Amino acid sequence: MTFRPRQPYTGIPRWVSGLAVLAALVVVLPLVAIVARVNWGNFIPLITSESALEALGLSLRTSAASTLLCIVLGVPLALVLARASFPFQRLLRSLVLLPLVLPPVVGGIALLYTFGRQGLLGGTLQVLGIQIAFSTTAVVLAQTFVALPFLVVSLEGALRIGGQKYEAVAATLGASPGTVFRRVTLPLILPGLASGAVLSFARSLGEFGATLTFAGSLQGVTRTLPLEIYLQRETDPDAAVALSLVLVAVAVAVVALAYGRTGAPAGRGPIQRPTAPLTTGGSVR
Amino acid sequence: MKRTLITVASAMMLAAGLAGCAGSSAPASTAGAPSENATEAKTLTVFAAASLKSSFTGLAETFEAQHPGTRVSLSFAGSSDLATQINQGAPADVFASADTKNMDKVTGTGLVDGEPRVFATNTLAIAVPAGNPAGITGFQDLARDGLRLVTCAKQVPCGAATATVADKAGVTLRPVSEENAVTDVLGKVISGEADAGLVYVTDVKSAGDKVDSIPFPEAASAVNSYPITALTAAKDKESAKAFIDLVLGSDGQQVLAKAGFGAGVK
Repeated sequence: MTFRPRQPYTGIPRWVSGLAVLAALVVVLPLVAIVARVNWGNFIPLITSESALEALGLSLRTSAASTLLCIVLGVPLALVLARASFPFQRLLRSLVLLPLVLPPVVGGIALLYTFGRQGLLGGTLQVLGIQIAFSTTAVVLAQTFVALPFLVVSLEGALRIGGQKYEAVAATLGASPGTVFRRVTLPLILPGLASGAVLSFARSLGEFGATLTFAGSLQGVTRTLPLEIYLQRETDPDAAVALSLVLVAVAVAVVALAYGRTGAPAGRGPIQRPTAPLTTGGSVR
Repeated sequence: MKRTLITVASAMMLAAGLAGCAGSSAPASTAGAPSENATEAKTLTVFAAASLKSSFTGLAETFEAQHPGTRVSLSFAGSSDLATQINQGAPADVFASADTKNMDKVTGTGLVDGEPRVFATNTLAIAVPAGNPAGITGFQDLARDGLRLVTCAKQVPCGAATATVADKAGVTLRPVSEENAVTDVLGKVISGEADAGLVYVTDVKSAGDKVDSIPFPEAASAVNSYPITALTAAKDKESAKAFIDLVLGSDGQQVLAKAGFGAGVK
């Protein structure tokens, strides 16, 4: 009852705490159920079967590729959205974020009618001799489509919070926009970029609907781990549960990596100063 | 500490309250029944394989017309999903599976009331995009180099049938994709992504003129049987039996034949 001025206010109504416990249970209980359902005696053989290992390998390879693609394409997009001003900017931002809320199947259908044989770019691609549907490229495209917004959102946030002070200083010291980007902006947004990349990787790893619709399902080519789980469930629920646990473990590791020990997203923390001190003259090329 | 206990207790009370809500709704409807005598609305829940959607939707209407006061609630999904749901306690009265394997899963847990009866059969057909751009004429053509063939994965019934047919015909198939469901195969043929797909005769029929069908004699080596049964959990055994009789009777067989199914075993 006594007022303790130096303590931050931590009062929470009891009913709020009660609902919070319920909310935590909604998320935690199903995960506990998976762990409880695992056939531990066969766990290792189940997750090291040839099809499981191929699926896991494919998932890791495609997710790495799509994360790289997200970085290459997402950094410029985030920079343009945060710093430039042009007509329909808000509209573009909304559209870019759309895959976050779109059902993945819809994404798959959209990709099919873009890159598929009868799609928007289908004729052009066919002339060039490029076939995307049913290939590993299709998996990477589907993953990039759903994961790109994660990177753009994290990065744009980091860019906006960081402001433009340091860049402005660098520019007054005679640095060209290219140099400012390389030497100032990039180091500043690195934490945001890292957490965005980890989240993109996680989203790619979990991609299912768009892949199934757009890329198909063939062992070693397009059947990623989520697709393998979906298929194994038909005949071997034990294998499906074991592989699900593998994905849960990877997801936990990824979330831990992205949110770090501080409990806050790495990109949202206070912006640090660039590690390389800005000096005048020769060092800023 | 005390505070934590209170929090946990209130959470539990809340959970119990929610459970109470869920539990109370069911008895309430049965409690009201006796006062209304025999005229109360009954619901018959039928779990049926996805391929039965159009036929069973029609048959359910026929059943409701013949049995005023009984509503048929249909749930369509892949047979293995339905079998899993029933084994996990889903409240179904009748189960119609697209293969005997998934019916056996339910029979194995002792939830089947009586002996399942085969009410229809289905065979494979080659589906090609309208106009048959790849010029497929028979099963042997599916092994052609560079042909984009899509089939079901061997873990699902249509894929198992595909493997049997290919094996008997001595043809090695190299599909570009092995799908989880026959509808996914059909979708890839309709969209023109695949040059050919192996689906059921009934799927080709339901797709109308969006795909062409190439029947092949080798299909006879893998005939899929559709068993139907009442479940021990059925609240109204009479209605469940009446529905099964309708499916096995001439009305039901006529509707199923129209959809492309082969006749069941009498």
